[in-house]
Amino acid sequence: MREKRLLLNKIILLLSTLSAIAGMLFLAWILITLFLKGIGSISLSVFTKDLVNGGLKNLIFGQFVMAGLATLIGVPLGVMAGIYLREYGRGRYVNLIRDLSDIMMSAPSIVIGAFVFAFMVVPMGGINGWAGAVALAIMLVPIVVSTTDNMLSLVPKELREAGIALGGGKYRVILDIILRAAKVGLMTGILLAFARIIGETAPLLFTSGTNSFWTTNLNDAFPSLTVSIYNLANFPTDKARDLAWAASFILTVIVLIINLLGRYIIRQRKRK
Amino acid sequence: MLNKEFIFKRVAFLSATLILFILIGIFTMLFLQAKPAMQKYGAHFLVEKSWNKTITIKDTNPPKVTKVVKKKKETSASDNDDALFSDDTPVLPGDNEDMQSDDTNAAPVKTDTIFGGYIPIVGTILSSLIAMVFALPLALGIAIFLSEIAPGFLIKPVGISIELLAAIPSIIYGMWGLFYFAPIVQNIFGGSQISLLTAGLVLGVMILPFMAAITRDSMNTTPDVLKESAYALGATKFEVVKDVIFPYAKVGIIGSIILSLGRALGETMAVAFLIGSVFKLPLKLTDPTVSIPVVLANNFGEANDLMMSSLYYLALILFVFSFFVIGFAKFYFLKGRR
Amino acid sequence: MRKIASLVVAGSLVATSLVAADMVKGDGSSFILPVNQAWAKAYYKATGKKVQYNGGGSGKGIKDATKRLVDFGGTDAPLTPRAQKKHNMLQFPAIVGATVLAYNLPGVESGALKLTDKAIVAIAEGKVKYWDNPMLKAVNENIKLPHKKIVFARRSDASGTTWNFTYFLSSVSKEWRKHYGVKKTINWSCNNVGGKGNPGVSSIIKQTPYSIGYIEYAYALESHAKVATVENRDGYFVKPNMETFKAAAAGADFDPKKGFYTVIGYPKGKNSYPLVASTFIIMPKEKVDADKKITAFYAWAFDKGAKIAADLKYVPLPKSVTDKIKQYWKDNGVY
Repeated sequence: MREKRLLLNKIILLLSTLSAIAGMLFLAWILITLFLKGIGSISLSVFTKDLVNGGLKNLIFGQFVMAGLATLIGVPLGVMAGIYLREYGRGRYVNLIRDLSDIMMSAPSIVIGAFVFAFMVVPMGGINGWAGAVALAIMLVPIVVSTTDNMLSLVPKELREAGIALGGGKYRVILDIILRAAKVGLMTGILLAFARIIGETAPLLFTSGTNSFWTTNLNDAFPSLTVSIYNLANFPTDKARDLAWAASFILTVIVLIINLLGRYIIRQRKRK
Repeated sequence: MLNKEFIFKRVAFLSATLILFILIGIFTMLFLQAKPAMQKYGAHFLVEKSWNKTITIKDTNPPKVTKVVKKKKETSASDNDDALFSDDTPVLPGDNEDMQSDDTNAAPVKTDTIFGGYIPIVGTILSSLIAMVFALPLALGIAIFLSEIAPGFLIKPVGISIELLAAIPSIIYGMWGLFYFAPIVQNIFGGSQISLLTAGLVLGVMILPFMAAITRDSMNTTPDVLKESAYALGATKFEVVKDVIFPYAKVGIIGSIILSLGRALGETMAVAFLIGSVFKLPLKLTDPTVSIPVVLANNFGEANDLMMSSLYYLALILFVFSFFVIGFAKFYFLKGRR
Repeated sequence: MRKIASLVVAGSLVATSLVAADMVKGDGSSFILPVNQAWAKAYYKATGKKVQYNGGGSGKGIKDATKRLVDFGGTDAPLTPRAQKKHNMLQFPAIVGATVLAYNLPGVESGALKLTDKAIVAIAEGKVKYWDNPMLKAVNENIKLPHKKIVFARRSDASGTTWNFTYFLSSVSKEWRKHYGVKKTINWSCNNVGGKGNPGVSSIIKQTPYSIGYIEYAYALESHAKVATVENRDGYFVKPNMETFKAAAAGADFDPKKGFYTVIGYPKGKNSYPLVASTFIIMPKEKVDADKKITAFYAWAFDKGAKIAADLKYVPLPKSVTDKIKQYWKDNGVY
């Protein structure tokens, strides 16, 4: 009887370990694939030429610009909302907003794209970079709200009480003391949110599309690395496919670096 | 000073309220755009299998015709619009040059177009279910490994690897899946490379880290004292997991499953690469088909008014359905947690 | 510090955005996509002016152009004079191309497969289901056709290529014309897989053994696809190449009074390739400034881009036609 239990135990533990190995295997498989297929097509020209000439320069630029703009729009909004939820509000309304924001974090990104299409693209008369940035911002806000909410909740009560005791109004306490205490966690959260939206494709498909030329004009179709990967991957020529792999490799490297950077910052802070 | 305090609080309140407004705005906009299709097809849209199918309407009694014409005035105007978009039958070689239409028809034929969402709805649900079934055992295994088996020095690297899996953009999963994973699926299961099964499996890999993370967090909430008592009684690790941790963390685990399902429903890029984009019901798992996000991605650009409205109808269905699934998971979580 | 930097960047972006766009954008037909993009690239190099053209299918081109969401649309299914008037559009042809039947048959070389016009209809209808069907074997005695199911690759989006292909099918078969007609989207009853744009169909053929589909010739070239030899209207089997394309395009009647509305498919002639089609550019009449930029681009393409087009195996429009087009532009105040 005991042997049977021990055997069952060993089997389950083995399977669990294999699961973990499988998980890491998938990661390694994907990364190695990207590296092998991408590295061959990467040369200096990929970074110095625009898509019209076979490079990726304008696409990388465009993706950063739209993600950056989305961050500029979404972070103040999300942080203020998070502050309200954690510091000011009480009761049902706050819980409602908190839950709604959480649900929106997992909302289908293509539906957000469809919304921004009707909301911005049609009235503005065509696909444009602003719409793409707004679509990304809508996806960013709930993440920032959640991060702010969580990071603020970690600030110890004593710090708050001490701050209020010093006088100066609640908002001063929040700005000077609480935010500062939560600063590192907040920065990391924002960084990770940025990494998440810079890899998005669906919200950009019909809002900003993509553009083969170098442009800084957000009123026009704006270059996007992710949307171009989608287009290039469906093109039957070898040149297009190779470029798609190179772009995929670069995109993944960017996303992973930002992610690892975020984790590094947290680790450093924990060391303190 | 009171002024600044007041302004600050107001701005914070407005920001929080804006989130509510955005959500309501999305729902409203989707609803408004979907309304023509909703009015025309009603709930039948959910079970109608045809998409963009033109049928001819037979005119019967003249009085009825005028009534029908009056009610359908709006839709028939847009139908005529579509006809003007050069689906006019051109003069074909061998035609009498004055004739533009088929000579066997004397009376004008009225046509109507039918859109139905049954097939994408089925594809969305099936692909997400496949993803869940595939991911669940792996996620549980990983969670067990990370919380109960792994030696201290391994927890971080393994944990980070799994999290990085979650950070990889969806379109990358599409690329890798299409060129590397799909052929293997075909080798094992036969059938098409790009199919419901392939899409479901890659979707599973995508939700795997999410499921594993939440499961692991839930498992870690089990009080040590419960675990230690069980060990003291001579239980094996597996038995502790099965009889102590899982029952305690049950709510969190089930919540993670449902939440992952909600996420999988809305996934677009990977599925667009892998599901096949064939608007047919899959007769077997290895058949290509479509899902709602895929139909949206493929058709959004060129849709005319009725098709566009039908697409928004699909988007609304997806949005509401995901909303409820995710909300249900949260509520389930909430009941147990807070 | 980071915040200030990003504000400066944002500010300069907003500033440049307020300047009027110097780029014209169009979308639509993927039939013309390869040559349009090649022209745009060379035009940019020569003049520094940007013309951004995306695919999406003729249906999208028509929709976006008439809705004024883009500056111009590309369509292989031309707007009738009535439609042009209703939507206040100008229209002119830009190029002539050819649709080929590309196939993926292991062991069979390009051009070796012969298809009668009736066989093509039968495959599209789904009446011929296997490669070793007697109808196919009859004219392909020197090829071993396998007993495999035919996978028909077709367009999933509203396509002018489909429109021209079904024009051919309707010309050959009264039954096809009655049941399906000449359309941009078809409810195919054969064993089919849908691809987005010419690139999508081309990819499917490349990846699916025993498949066959209709794509613009430039895509077949780029993906090294095998192309079928096809029976033309006069009953001769012709290979797709520049001579047979030019022979087919020779009799085309482009009339500026109709906004150049004409379909050049299924032409007569011993040496004519039957599946040629012209792609048209449509633009809103009232947007004179944007229209002038578009006509400048296409004038350049007509005058200097002939070699680029020919390299991709498109048939450039002859001078007689381009002169008519330029006059049409002048008459409408956009040149």
